[in-house]
Amino acid sequence: MRECGRVSTVVAGTPVLEVKNLKKHFAVQKGILRRTTGHVFAVDGVSFAIDAGETLGLVGESGCGKSTVGRTVLRLIEPTDGSIMVNGEDITHLSKAELRPYRREMQIIFQDPFSSLDPRMSAGDIVGEPLRVHGIARGKDRTARVAALFERVGLRKAQMGNYPHQFSGGQRQRIGIARALALEPKLIIGDEPVSSLDVSIQAQVLNLMMDLQRELGLAYLFISHNLAVVEHISHHIAVMYLGRIVEYTDKKTLFTAPLHPYTESLLSAVPVPDPAIKRKKRILQGDVPSPVNPPAGCHFHTRCPYAVERCKVEVPALREVRPGQLVACHLR
Amino acid sequence: MAAHVMTETTGERPAMDAAAAIAAGTDAPALLNVIGLQTFFYTRHGTVKAVDAVTFSVWPAETLAIVGESGCGKSVTALSLMRLVPDPPGRIVGGKVTLAGTDLLALDEDTMRSVRGKDISMIFQEPMTSLNPVMTIGRQIAETLLLHEGLSRSAAQQKAVEMLRLVRIPEPEQRAKEYPHQLSGGMRQRAMIAMAAACNPKVLIADEPTTALDVTIQAQILEIILELQRKLGTAVILITHDLGVVAETAQRVIVMYAGRKVEEAPVDELFARPLHPYTHGLMASIPRLGLMRGEIERTDGRLQEIPGIVPALSNLPEGCAFAPRCVFAEERCRKAFPPYEEKRPGHWAACWRSRELYGAADA
Repeated sequence: MRECGRVSTVVAGTPVLEVKNLKKHFAVQKGILRRTTGHVFAVDGVSFAIDAGETLGLVGESGCGKSTVGRTVLRLIEPTDGSIMVNGEDITHLSKAELRPYRREMQIIFQDPFSSLDPRMSAGDIVGEPLRVHGIARGKDRTARVAALFERVGLRKAQMGNYPHQFSGGQRQRIGIARALALEPKLIIGDEPVSSLDVSIQAQVLNLMMDLQRELGLAYLFISHNLAVVEHISHHIAVMYLGRIVEYTDKKTLFTAPLHPYTESLLSAVPVPDPAIKRKKRILQGDVPSPVNPPAGCHFHTRCPYAVERCKVEVPALREVRPGQLVACHLR
Repeated sequence: MAAHVMTETTGERPAMDAAAAIAAGTDAPALLNVIGLQTFFYTRHGTVKAVDAVTFSVWPAETLAIVGESGCGKSVTALSLMRLVPDPPGRIVGGKVTLAGTDLLALDEDTMRSVRGKDISMIFQEPMTSLNPVMTIGRQIAETLLLHEGLSRSAAQQKAVEMLRLVRIPEPEQRAKEYPHQLSGGMRQRAMIAMAAACNPKVLIADEPTTALDVTIQAQILEIILELQRKLGTAVILITHDLGVVAETAQRVIVMYAGRKVEEAPVDELFARPLHPYTHGLMASIPRLGLMRGEIERTDGRLQEIPGIVPALSNLPEGCAFAPRCVFAEERCRKAFPPYEEKRPGHWAACWRSRELYGAADA
């Protein structure tokens, strides 16, 4: 399989994050003996790279493995196979202690700002915690840094003593962003960071993330099921289906000339907020198959309108079909 | 199922006689009239005015969308129509809801029970929590039919299977014997729709019916709801926060903010020229999939923000509730709630300044 990500970007130097053939298989255990009866192929051979100042949007439906990719990259979940390179250095097999300096380089923002903040810590302590844990700043210095972070994300310094329940959803997500920024990382993984927010608040958080990227040159791995949001924030987009990337290209190509039948159907299914547009809709039938026992060959063949015999037996490789556009489909 | 992997639809909303009639200004009688509905919650932190003075009508076979952000009162409005507001702490304290001439708020609970699920029924966001986990899907649908239609057990069972087929559940005979946990999220929502539509209700309320579902499944479910509407002539009240879903399914739209209706218009009109600053803000704050619609990529790439947050319903500002977040707010906006006026034919809004801001008076 060709690795993707390095194809259309012209920026020289090592990417902030490079993932090669990443796999994560979870064992399914049954009975009192916890015998392994099968595997969930959550991530099944995923490769991509992200440069500084770039956003890679990772889209797909629930259960496609996009969140597992995010967590495995941070080694919050241990990968089954493959390699993870941060700034050109392989972190796949580092011990916890060895991993520490790399943790400063990459941070994560979670979907639900209600469950990802400790309710018994003040907002200031939450944001300052990484500085304390990594022994970077203490006392007045830390307070000053936290205050600066608060202002940077659009919160007031006076709110540092408040507790999470005193903040609205959008403000809590700002706290999450401030904490992620505390260690001045190069990469931020956003796991559905705006999905639980109301639309008017969503815009505030998206704008903040884009401003921060411009100013600090951050790289984002932006995981989302919302295509409109991904279109807005990403430079490149990878579409996942049942643990595999089925299409990878730049944003414009993906939305104007998608090649994979799954991408086509996904785009066709998104409701467009403009009643003046009358589209011919292609509605995909059936459900996403279970990742425990995914269909053989191309995972998408059970729902694909163009599937032929070959799709049922042979796994299509992700290959460059047009310059900068990688597609895993036998028919393209 | 394999033989029929993908269906094509025209992408057009069903041609609506009702909506056309409204636009044309005819006075065909409305099916459902809600007048001055007020639903309050009495909590330790004070009175929460979840729905305040909400008035609207629904015509047969039309789709009316109610949009707004969380806490705007759209779901409580739906629960009020069904008379399912949890009491205490909630209570419907004012207004009138008439369905085909019957005042629903005046009915005793027994009579209401014979209306609920028969004349007016509802689909909820999360089907797993609204289906009975220890009863087969088929029996749950049959139960509605036993209760309301007086069918025999076997006839009800048969009709239940028929309903499952109508919502395109594969192998309906088999599925009818299964329990909710054996079905996928999309299948469960179909079963929910089958149940809600079993007695051929006059009004079907769908409260965020696709919010918990993936986009490809969402498209299937919306298509099924619209198809049922075409077949059965049901009026649909679609409650959602997704303006994309609104644009593709509704004929008329109500926008709610902080418990009140701030704007109402036919869908094309609303998207073409919103007359309330809040609606304007909402439309500008969503990413609109411009590339897909053939637009050139913008370089600035910023979304418009609505500053601030939704106010607490227990402590609403005087005057227009949106004023604290509105860039156009002036003195009178903070003093008095603006009158709800028909600014253009069929297009209502509650804003003191809509005329000067958006030129509502012309054409």
